Amino acid sequence: MSRPRLIKESSEASAPLERELLVRIHDLMVKTRVLEERLIQMYKQGHGYFWIGGPGEEAFNVSLGLLMKKGQGPDFDYLHAHYRQSGTLLALGEEPIGSLRQMKNTATDPYSGGRNFAGHYSARKYNVAPVSSPIEVQYAIAPGTAMVQKRHGGDGITIVTGGDAGTAEGDFASCLVWSSRPANPLPILIIVTNNKWGISTAAEGQHGEQRISDRGKAFGIRSKTINGNDAVEAYTELREAMAYVRTERKPFLLEANVSRLYGHSSASGANYVGNEVDCLKDFEAKLEKDGVLTREQMDALRNNYTEEMAAAARLVRDEPQPDPESIWKHIYAEDK
Amino acid sequence: MANMAQAIRMALHYAEEHLGVTDIFGEDVGAPLGGVFTCTQGLKTTWNSPLDERGIIGAAMGIAMAGGRPVAEIQFCDYVYNTIDLLKLAGNTSWSTFGDWNLPMVVRTPVGSGIRGSIYHSHSFDATMTHIAGWKVVMPSTPLDAYGLLITACQEKNPVMFLEPKALLRVKGEERIPGEPDDERALSKLIDAPLGDRSQWKPQWPAGLEAYAVPFGKGKIVREGTQLTVVSYGRTLPLCAKAAETLAADGISAEVIDLRSLWPYDWELIKASVQKTGRVLFVNEDTEVTNFGEHLVRRTVEELFYSLLAPPRLLAGKFLPGIGLADALEMASVPQLGDITTAIRSLAGEQP
Ligand SMILES: Cc1ncc(C[n+]2csc(CCOP(=O)(O)OP(=O)(O)O)c2C)c(N)n1
Repeated sequence: MSRPRLIKESSEASAPLERELLVRIHDLMVKTRVLEERLIQMYKQGHGYFWIGGPGEEAFNVSLGLLMKKGQGPDFDYLHAHYRQSGTLLALGEEPIGSLRQMKNTATDPYSGGRNFAGHYSARKYNVAPVSSPIEVQYAIAPGTAMVQKRHGGDGITIVTGGDAGTAEGDFASCLVWSSRPANPLPILIIVTNNKWGISTAAEGQHGEQRISDRGKAFGIRSKTINGNDAVEAYTELREAMAYVRTERKPFLLEANVSRLYGHSSASGANYVGNEVDCLKDFEAKLEKDGVLTREQMDALRNNYTEEMAAAARLVRDEPQPDPESIWKHIYAEDK
Repeated sequence: MANMAQAIRMALHYAEEHLGVTDIFGEDVGAPLGGVFTCTQGLKTTWNSPLDERGIIGAAMGIAMAGGRPVAEIQFCDYVYNTIDLLKLAGNTSWSTFGDWNLPMVVRTPVGSGIRGSIYHSHSFDATMTHIAGWKVVMPSTPLDAYGLLITACQEKNPVMFLEPKALLRVKGEERIPGEPDDERALSKLIDAPLGDRSQWKPQWPAGLEAYAVPFGKGKIVREGTQLTVVSYGRTLPLCAKAAETLAADGISAEVIDLRSLWPYDWELIKASVQKTGRVLFVNEDTEVTNFGEHLVRRTVEELFYSLLAPPRLLAGKFLPGIGLADALEMASVPQLGDITTAIRSLAGEQP
């Protein structure tokens, strides 16, 4: 006989995930990892000038993309992303070839027309605000979209993500202040993906706070630190945090501990780092143990994506560079 | 006639009612003060922001991204320097996303000397701002132009920096804003908040305000002349007009151009005038090293060299770290009427 369930226990976070969803998350995590590895390879072969991306953050970023209310305009979720979120973009429905085009800075690059760095996405059709190289500025901008959404009504929310080192920038404090103003609390999910590093500077030398999420307390912002390397935990905690922001129309600060599997970027070599937790490996072990997928199935999936990505890279290699005259395009909106 | 602060207020009212402006905000912009220069009194979408300039510019960008139409205020341009990377980002958003996003946002900020504002309330921002591509940059010198340029700004799809010469905010205009009452005392009664308790006060906006718009990129000749051209904007413009008027008595005929839009700017107007007069003086009060007027001098030399009878000149603020509080220090740091008169006279007298 089942014992009566306490209300607290029935919270969404503890609800198990359907097999189909686990398979979907896994599929996107593999797709993302293979994409990033292809991007690194392209960079190393001289088919790009710079690589930065999110191997090690797939469990978290894929979950985020799957949970977003996808569309354009204030009825849907806005994402003010940082530069490690290919997993989120793929989960939203983007195809990997766009990232390859951006790496190769071809005229076909759908995110910037060959102008911007790898991982610097912009997708207005999904409310993905342009990723900027100056870190943390997105935290100053995000309250603006949240304000419009609050006024607009509906259940669209704003999501902003960034790194732990960047929280030292004033823009992070701005975000906490603007999101929790008594005059107008905002429906905003403030995320920090904590990989414990700036480029080469360790967090423990720079940050006195025990948890970054503790900084929400002073503002009365509901806050939590989670293990972003665990796909199930990431998905369920994100789902709960998003549900809170969606219905309460108030901010939530979520800190996700994640890994940085290829170092900071091509600036630090982009080589595999052995001593970090690999969220994909862990998830695959779990899926195998629970009988969700077999090793063979998972290997086959990875091989398929590897081939697909290689074919896409060959295609992109032959695509044209932007026309030099195109520098004058889109300085102003009316040039469209 | 309305002063510039009232003109700005009326334009913003018009823009709230007819142009979709959704948020007029910044430090002390909402009730009870309505802006430290009173430009936002009585408007319906105003609100007070945290004391955080980066937050203000960031929020404006976000609001614009999500389909709002913000008009953000930075209390003094000296503090907009806190946000310079965000201004760069706002300027490059359309370009860097290959046209995917655009930011219909206006930032207003008072600039320049004239209120004995000392080191941090007297700076200019035209040189720095015209260096940031992707923005449109304007600076009126009359209430009517302030009204008309702000109407255009609120219809733009792109970020607009609206620079308000603080020395001119209280100067009454000579031209009527379409729809304002004839009697300036009557206007003040209608739209200026009373001193003291304002909690019950509501403005009565003139009913006939119109969508009078001054297009960007169009300067105007404020005085015709034949012997030399003076190009200015903002606080120094009326001084240039006055100097030209005085010098006319001495037989010096100076043409005076109010640039109004700094980016894009009316090169055709400057060009036609310089080709006619052969002499040109650019006047503004930003610090003279790497000044926007230097760009105009460079272009004049490159494109109009063979039309020139004398080297083009720039009269600008001294290259100093700040403007001192004492009257004598402020006056010595930025061009005054006497400096402009001297410069025009000297240029007019220069022979090849
Ligand atoms: C404003 C700014 N300062 C410096 C840099 C150079 N920079 C790029 S990434 C980075 C470290 C960021 O660390 P963190 O915020 O933890 O994010 P992570 O890259 O680890 O995800 C630095 C210093 C930058 N891009 N922007």
